[in-house]
Amino acid sequence: MNLFEFCYGLMHWLVDILNNIWYWLGDFLPWKFGDFFIAIGDLAKAHGTIAVAAILLEVLIIFIIALVSVLNFIWLDRKFMGRIFDFYGPYYVGYRIGGWLQNLADGMKLFVKEVITPSKADKAGFLLAPVVFVASSVLALSTIPLSPDFGVAVNRAGDFVPAGALFAFAAFAIAPFSILVAGWSSNNKYTIIGGMRSAAQMMSYEIPLLLTVASVCLMAGSFSFVDIVAAQSNIWFAIPLALGFIVFLVCIVAEVEIQPFDLPEAEAELVEGWTTEYSGMRFGLFMMTSYLRSYVAGALVTALFLGGWHGFDFIPGPIWFLIKAYIVFIVLTWMRWSLPRIRVDQILQFGWTRLMPLAMLNLLIAAAFKTLGWF
Amino acid sequence: MAEMWINMGPQHPMTHGLWNLKVKVDGETVVDAEPEVGYLHRGVEKICEDRTYPQIIPIADRLCYGSSLTWSHLYCMTVEDLMDLKVPPRAEHIRVVAIEMQRIASHLMWLAAYAVDLGMMAGFLYAMRDREIFIDLLQALSGSRITYNYPRIGGVAHDLPPNFQRDALRACDYMDKKLKEYEDLYDGSTVFLMRNQGVGILRREDAMNLGVTGPTMRGSGIAYDLRKDHPYSVYPDMDFEVASHPDCDCYARYRVRMVEMRESARIIRQALAKMPQGKWRTIAPRTAPEGTGIGRVEDPRGEGMMYVVGDGTDKPYRLKIRSPIFVSVSAAPKMLIGYKVADVVAIMGTLDMCIGETDR
Repeated sequence: MNLFEFCYGLMHWLVDILNNIWYWLGDFLPWKFGDFFIAIGDLAKAHGTIAVAAILLEVLIIFIIALVSVLNFIWLDRKFMGRIFDFYGPYYVGYRIGGWLQNLADGMKLFVKEVITPSKADKAGFLLAPVVFVASSVLALSTIPLSPDFGVAVNRAGDFVPAGALFAFAAFAIAPFSILVAGWSSNNKYTIIGGMRSAAQMMSYEIPLLLTVASVCLMAGSFSFVDIVAAQSNIWFAIPLALGFIVFLVCIVAEVEIQPFDLPEAEAELVEGWTTEYSGMRFGLFMMTSYLRSYVAGALVTALFLGGWHGFDFIPGPIWFLIKAYIVFIVLTWMRWSLPRIRVDQILQFGWTRLMPLAMLNLLIAAAFKTLGWF
Repeated sequence: MAEMWINMGPQHPMTHGLWNLKVKVDGETVVDAEPEVGYLHRGVEKICEDRTYPQIIPIADRLCYGSSLTWSHLYCMTVEDLMDLKVPPRAEHIRVVAIEMQRIASHLMWLAAYAVDLGMMAGFLYAMRDREIFIDLLQALSGSRITYNYPRIGGVAHDLPPNFQRDALRACDYMDKKLKEYEDLYDGSTVFLMRNQGVGILRREDAMNLGVTGPTMRGSGIAYDLRKDHPYSVYPDMDFEVASHPDCDCYARYRVRMVEMRESARIIRQALAKMPQGKWRTIAPRTAPEGTGIGRVEDPRGEGMMYVVGDGTDKPYRLKIRSPIFVSVSAAPKMLIGYKVADVVAIMGTLDMCIGETDR
């Protein structure tokens, strides 16, 4: 049974109960008004409605997994950072579970803080930017299945969004736009420089990133995550496409904007970059979503290069997937806390003169493998 | 994008302290810069005119939070010059040990701040951790961590505490090991080199003409160090190299400071080995004669100078303080123009700003 069937069954059962109550209520009404009631009940009972509700439930489940993962990630990040920096990391809040509750405490603190909108800000853009940022990241996340049975499927056969990899990267690439909007609408010089940097940075990493994805899709012969992972059942793509793996790792770090590529929010030079004017839970959303994006990055690396849910049989597939994504995240954290920040002209130069040819070379290698018939 | 002025400061992560750097940017490129200091002006020179000579020592400590000991030492040297006092050799050696420790602690604080400027958090915590060792030693010596109030007119306040020599030698050995680690962390990182090499060029002539001193000047290839060129205290007896680097960029200034830390450890070892027995303090007269006294030291940030005028009473008539950073920061536009916004942080970071002494 896949996740869709489970959600569909749950929704069907729920709709049945509600419909019974609905029809029972309708019986009390005189005249022809009861027919209208029945029409609504029939609409709710229709296959399409339940399917849409089931997909929403699936997204919710994946989102909850992601949120718990984000709490874990923040904790892991701080613990690992502490070990790198020679201190303990969070310790006292949730003493018996290694300071895990510190994140919740910090979240509560952000939650009760005042949410300020600058008086000269562009209100619409200022409010819309966090929404777009969070929504696009969750959208990217929801296209990545944790196993063939566990993901946001769109029908009872368990099919995922066609061309899932393309869709995921399309959704993932919306964020720089929302960063630019946030930077522009905050009406602050630091935020506008941060937003512009985000746009400039996107020019440098997006093309090599998509070229490496193209090489993976070429090897697998499909844009669907399930097919891509299935093609890695013998050997992970990280081994034949080692070059592409490294290029992808660098580009994905630039995509999620953590050090050494966190130019849009370079806190030493731009105060807090594009999030300078955001306060309270709006800032908290940005921060949480940046960790969510790190998780998505880990999931993408896992699905495209590290064999996804393939592993030894005694652990179920989704758990394998999460383990790999966590390990990738830790590697990203390692980079993040031990490297200085790169400069904006350097990342452009680096992206166009180094990553781009390497990504092209990688695409040629993938084509060669495919032509030789090894994959 | 049109050109615009950005205020980097007074509250900005780049400014270690309270000052303002106005930067005119064209997109990401700096086209003009204007440093603005004075936010922390406390009128130290004027306050000093109303205090007796010993009372000024703690005030001199407050001139710089990064290296307070050099300033109280400088003040004591100046007043000793005014009073024609002879300091016992043991006191001189203790002073040299203490100010070289202060130099290491100050440079480590700079290294920490510089790492954060470049976005490398690991460097910050490592350098701050190792600074703590020297701070602890200075605490054992003087009783406090930041503002030591340790030198006295005609000596130092206390003798060395028990086991100080052993601990100091251990700290020096530890420091030599850690310097290797820093070099692996900083020089080993390509990103760090990319951010530093060829950034913030201050040419040799400009450095001379603008009166820049200290590591900034030595980073421009001029091996000028007061400890060698105008020796004071017992520095003539010490064997050490003056660090200088011909590259004139941020990397050169970074290298100069790293070498200076190693040389400081060398000086500490020698001073401890040559430490004579005897008195560590002479009793200074309460009043100073009419006349002037002058003192110059090699502060971790450059050349610090004090000039005191005595009028025969127990209070100075005038005390003039020459701050190295006040001069260096005026050279900022020369270094900044033409580079990117991100380089502003790196360039101003290598100046090692200390606002206490700049604004006085």
